Formats: sequence, C-alpha cells, structure tokens
Amino acid sequence: MDMSVNIAGVRLKNPVMTASGTFGSGMEYSEFVDLNKLGAVVTKGVSLEPWPGNPTPRVAETYGGMLNAIGLQNPGIDTFIERDLKFLSGFDTKVIVNVCGKTVSEYLGVVERLADTDADMLEINVSCPNVKEGAIAFGQDPKALADITEQIKKKARQPVIMKLSPNVTDIALMAKVCEDSGADAVSLINTITGMKIDVRTRKFVLANRTGGLSGPAIKPVAVRMVYQAASAVSIPVIGMGGITCAEDALEFIMAGASAVAVGAANFTDPYVTEKVIDGIGEYMKSNGIKDIKEITGCVS
Amino acid sequence: MKIRETASVISQECLCDGIYSMVIATKAAESAQAGQFVMIYPGSAARLLPRPISICEISPGAVRIVYRIAGAGTEEMSHLRAGDPVEILGPNGNGFFAAVREDIRPDTKALLLGGGIGIPPMLELAKSLECDVAIAAGYRSADEMFLTRELLAAGRLYVATDDGSAGTRGTVMDAVRENGIDADIIFACGPRPMLVAVKSYAAKKGISAYLSMEERMACGIGACLGCVCASAGIDDHSKVKNKRVCADGPVFPASEVEL
Repeated sequence: MDMSVNIAGVRLKNPVMTASGTFGSGMEYSEFVDLNKLGAVVTKGVSLEPWPGNPTPRVAETYGGMLNAIGLQNPGIDTFIERDLKFLSGFDTKVIVNVCGKTVSEYLGVVERLADTDADMLEINVSCPNVKEGAIAFGQDPKALADITEQIKKKARQPVIMKLSPNVTDIALMAKVCEDSGADAVSLINTITGMKIDVRTRKFVLANRTGGLSGPAIKPVAVRMVYQAASAVSIPVIGMGGITCAEDALEFIMAGASAVAVGAANFTDPYVTEKVIDGIGEYMKSNGIKDIKEITGCVS
Repeated sequence: MKIRETASVISQECLCDGIYSMVIATKAAESAQAGQFVMIYPGSAARLLPRPISICEISPGAVRIVYRIAGAGTEEMSHLRAGDPVEILGPNGNGFFAAVREDIRPDTKALLLGGGIGIPPMLELAKSLECDVAIAAGYRSADEMFLTRELLAAGRLYVATDDGSAGTRGTVMDAVRENGIDADIIFACGPRPMLVAVKSYAAKKGISAYLSMEERMACGIGACLGCVCASAGIDDHSKVKNKRVCADGPVFPASEVEL
C-alpha cells in the first residue's frame, strides 16, 4: 500500500500535513504527535522581522468552527532558522515553511534567507485576512498575485506553494494565475473572513473585529473550492479547511487534492493528524486501494 | 508532563448560582501544581475548543475544578455526572511555584488575593504554602460566596463583597487596606481591574507580586499564539513584547506584564 505523494518533486511519505498557524513549528505538539509520522509539517508564517500580532481577544469559538485574528505573530526569520528549523531538522518529515510579509521585498527577503536551509518547500501566505498590509492584499488581486508569484519563483531555491484565500469571486482564476506565473503548487483554503458580536456587551468579540473562520463549518466551501482549483490547473493542489478525520481528508483527495492539511482540529484533539493518517490507511486497505493516487480527483 | 486522556467524573455539585465544583479522576493529578490549569473538551462536536479551567484542589489521582457557567461550553460541562467520561488535557501552564523567583520561608507572609472565579486556584496554593497565609476573597454578595469553608481551613480569610453584604464592602484591595494586612509576597487571580489594582499596590509597597492571567485560548499548549498578554520587555520566545498565557504563564511576576 503506497500512501506517498509527490508535490513538485518532493516526496511526502503520506498526504497529511499540518495547516500553517495551527501547529506552531511542531515543538509543542511533539509532546503528543510523532512528527516522524507526518507527511509534512507546515510551520506558522514567518516574516523578515519579529511581528507582534494583533491585540487580544484573538480567538473566538463559533458553531462548528472558530474565528482567529492572531495577526501572524512570529519571532522573525533569524530566530525561526536558529530555533524552529533546527528543531524540525531532527525529524524524518518534510518541512514546509509558510512565508509572510507586508511588501514583496519582505517576502523575497524571507525566501532568500531560507535558500540555504533545510526547508523542503515554501508556502507563500498571500491569504491571511488578519493583517493590514500584505498577505491577503496579494491574494485577492490576480495581477498582484501573478507579480508576487513570479518574483518569488525567481529567488526561491525550494518549490513554491501559493496559499490561496477563499475570499475571492473566482478561485479557479486565482489558481490558474499562480500556475501561469510559475508556482509549483497551490494550497487552499485559508480562513474565510468572519465576525462575531457579543449581544450582551454589544461589542465585537475579537479585538480585530474580523477574523478568519476555520473548522468543520467551512469544510463544504473548502471542498468545493479545491475541486474548482484542481479542475483548473495541472500543478498539485493541497486541500484544507475543516478536516477533522480521515473521511474529511478523503473528500478533499477525491475532489482533486494531492495532499491535505489538518488545522483547527489540532486544537480539539492534539493527536488528530496521526488519526487521519491511520484512517486513510484503513480506508485504502478496506477498499483495496494500492496507491493513494488512484483516488486523487476521482469524484464523479 | 501533560496528559491528554478520557478521564472520569467523580462528583459534580453546584456551589451557588452559576458556580460549579467538579472532581475528576485523572492522571494529570500526578504532576499538577497550584496555579496550573486543565483543558476540558466539550462533548458537542459543534464546540471545537477546550475550556481552560484553573485547578482548585489536587489530591492523589484527582483534580477539583471550580468554574462559573460563562457560556454553552461550561453549561454543558455542568451537566456531567459522577461516572461520566470527560476529555481532559493537563496540567497546563507554569503554576505559582514555578513562577516564583524568591525563597518562601516559614516566616514569609504570603497574601493570596482571589476575585470571583479567580478564587479557586488560591485554595490549592494556600494548602501548598508552608508559611504564613492570609487570603482575601472578593465576591459579588453574601449569597454568592463559595469555597469559604475550605479557605478558612487553609489560612486567615478576609472577605470582600461588591454590595457589602459580607465582609468589607468593595474589592479585595479594600479588604487588604481595611484589615491592614501586610505581606512579603502577593499572589493574585481575578478580573483585570483587580489585577491592575494589585499590581499598582504591590509596586507602591515594594512587595513582589505574582498574577495569574486569563485569556481566551485555542490550543492551550503554546502553539497557536491565541492567548498572549503584553509583556514589559521583549520575550525570549516570541521576540516581541508578548508572552503566551497558556505556556509561559498563566502566572507572571506583576512587573513583567503590562495590564
């Protein structure tokens, strides 16, 4: 039984990775999860300089989901390389570094700093809805998306995954723009912009007012978008959005995702990534599937 | 060592309106310390996030939590009965003793300040301290008092109520002033305005103070950065003026956090 997948020349032992921002750099979760079992660890977004993030409250639960507006708090690329990447290099898993910035040159700065490191791939965050500059501003405008993709591809030593926002009218167009601009893969969906109001205090629950919705509540939207993106491009698509179990992951794979990422579910169950991997294996076994790639995009 | 397990409820009782006490049989008790917390996972799939609840008492093989019903998740928790399974992760955070920078000697005068649902962690702390313990507990009113019997057994207890129906009228700080309670070290947990008052009182008096902070959490283990608090200096982990309440705290020296 072969669960391995190939994303832009990088072989993952299985198609399950962590969704950026929900798993730190794996350090805290390594107390619960054997990182060696994961297809890849996708790190929390890292920028050139340390970012303080947004004021609190930064998280709020919603029915079947959660809102977050962390605001990409991170210690900056220097600490990230010295501490986080060093930690991850001790594990037999692929490391995908999520890259963020306020300007194209900041993204490029991070990409260049990562050139000589053990990072296996780069995931470019052009879709975070919780920062004032950068991120989603690039991901909602096809021209800006094409430009940043091209520029990053010129500098990057590792394969480049563009992480797409669902907060767009035509996801297939955005995926196609990435492919045409040289991206090696796309990942989607980032969170859906949302809001929660406390009716007792008549105030926004999140200090940032808006936040990104994740969790099971967004899964049908994510599956639909992954299907549309996968139908539009020939580069690999990495699917995510509300995956809590193997069945959820298989939905994404059948919609056309070559790999999947587990996000908010880590908060509900720190062991969930391993359970998803085991569950996919059990499904393959009981359905006589020899290679996971047999069912990629098989929906009809 | 944090344990994530399906634990078992030993008992559940309502202490007063909206305040519940639940004793849980869990391996998390083995390494738990005063001031640490546990994450309780709701049974409903519609509720994704575990609820961080401070540990009120630790006994061999069990922890007791005393919590307020603040929403649907804690409401659901209050319906658990003896023998019911409950998903738990803990013990989380540093706790009071890991945060303390100085020696606590038998003659040290410790002042424990608890406001509202910040009172429960003070019980285990009072029981664990081997020194002179004074406790000031702030409630809304006389008929919404809880844990007073246990606190009385663990130290000298002073009560404050918002409406003056028991003890000092006002806050725990009013009780401290009215009773002239002096201290070498202060531990406090409660609403933010109370912590602000405690921090300024301690700074003025030159007493070292430790505050247990509260913030909305998601992961509870230091990964998601949802529950940060502002720190006075650049934090070594975050490289910005932020500390993680769940992993670096919840107990911080008052001088190291900005309120």
